[in-house]
Amino acid sequence: MTRELSGEDVAHTINQAFPGMAVRFNQTDVWIDPGPLLQIARFLKDTPELDFAFLTAVTAVDYIEHFELIYHLLSMRRNHSVVIKTRCSGRKDPTVSSVVSVWRGADLQEREIWDLMGIRFEGHPNAKRILLWEGFSGHPLRKDFLG
Amino acid sequence: MPIRTEPVTINLGPQHPSTHGVFRLRVTFDGEVVLDVEPVFGYMHRGTEKLAEARSYVQIVTLTDRLDWVSSMSNNLGYVRAVEKLAGIEVPERAMYIRVISAELQRMASHLMATGFLLNDLGAFATPLMYCFRERERILDMFEMLCGARITVSYMRPGGVLQDAPEEFWPALDTFLSEMPGYIDDLEGLVTDNEIVLARTREVGILPPELAIDASTTGPMLRASGVQWDLRKADPYEIYDRMEFDIPIGSTGDVFDRYLVRIQEMRQSVRIAQQCVQEIPKGPIRTNVPYFLRAPEGEAYAAVEGPKGELGFYLVSDGGISPYRCKIRAPSFINLTALREMVVGWKMGDLITIFGSMDVVIGEVDR
Repeated sequence: MTRELSGEDVAHTINQAFPGMAVRFNQTDVWIDPGPLLQIARFLKDTPELDFAFLTAVTAVDYIEHFELIYHLLSMRRNHSVVIKTRCSGRKDPTVSSVVSVWRGADLQEREIWDLMGIRFEGHPNAKRILLWEGFSGHPLRKDFLG
Repeated sequence: MPIRTEPVTINLGPQHPSTHGVFRLRVTFDGEVVLDVEPVFGYMHRGTEKLAEARSYVQIVTLTDRLDWVSSMSNNLGYVRAVEKLAGIEVPERAMYIRVISAELQRMASHLMATGFLLNDLGAFATPLMYCFRERERILDMFEMLCGARITVSYMRPGGVLQDAPEEFWPALDTFLSEMPGYIDDLEGLVTDNEIVLARTREVGILPPELAIDASTTGPMLRASGVQWDLRKADPYEIYDRMEFDIPIGSTGDVFDRYLVRIQEMRQSVRIAQQCVQEIPKGPIRTNVPYFLRAPEGEAYAAVEGPKGELGFYLVSDGGISPYRCKIRAPSFINLTALREMVVGWKMGDLITIFGSMDVVIGEVDR
């Protein structure tokens, strides 16, 4: 069975390395500050006890007041998983750091999020629309999108 | 003195027969050697995730059929498991067995398609494909017995399956399972030691395990690279923890290994289905779930080992009758991340083979 690491433990580990950056946690999820996202991502991948070398999925959800990004992480060696979340606000130009330099698997998924949800990923090597064409106006998965 | 050549950029697809649907690759060639490749997505984007936000939980099952249309049973299973996790629905034992049988049959059908089309791409035009289709047809016939549909099955429901398997299903399944290993032997006899196949696939399009993990590759592609990771063993769902089966892995991660892993997985699927037939208990096949199910506020991610890889559904509920957000982790889509590294430096003909061995279905890539 894949063990779901407790959010509290992971938040504690993150806070030891990045004081105050794990802002909230529950049983399975940890919310982190979007500022040092890239550094925390690298930390989660490189810390041997965590060993999150595999990024299962990246998702974004539009909660209207803010967007939430959800990173499902997995360690195949240790067979455990955790969910890392971060928030970014502003509907005009929400921006977070891209984690492609840490996990290549984020490449297409971040492009998809930019395309459909309109969140810009700073540092993405090829930040273009993916499913829709360049010149399409709007981001369909946003809750205020009117076809 | 070497002759200088100009790089040429050409479009492969979206109507090319070997792109398995409407998929376009913008390829830059130096002579016949691939210098760069850029996949162009979206010709079949139907906005499934957005559509799901305006459907009831039960209705969304029909949308999942149309993702990867050669493995709709597995898609159904992945989705209903996410709903069950979200809403805390119990599933009767018998339903779980029937689901696993259907999912394994679907895995065989999908791998048969993958193998057949790979051989098609290799230039063995249509003949081996028809051999594969012959067996797949029998699987589809069994699906027809289960639910009346062959491709877009919509057989599973949150809380179980649509209906119990009819009487004629069990003898048909028994015959099929007893004949399938012999059929796989036949196919292997034609293909596995074939000199042309070996020359065209060995050491071609190698995906190293480090890159496979880094690029979030899953399924037979990951296992062909030698990484022993299968959700059915690593994080068993339904009744897979009671089954005895092996996870075949490859050694080099080339096109041949991906072919061989699929062939061996079919044998394991036969094993699993046979065990299910022996152990299946009697009883109900569905718990009563209201048609307009209201899942409690919250979120759930559930994944299954589909024929292409980890198929996950991430559902967010705000307490309404449809999900607030439905994210589909499509294995075909994410498996394409490493495409560039796999094909650059190979020739045009190898590009077709490598792409064929990745076994992507465009319905799932574009959603």
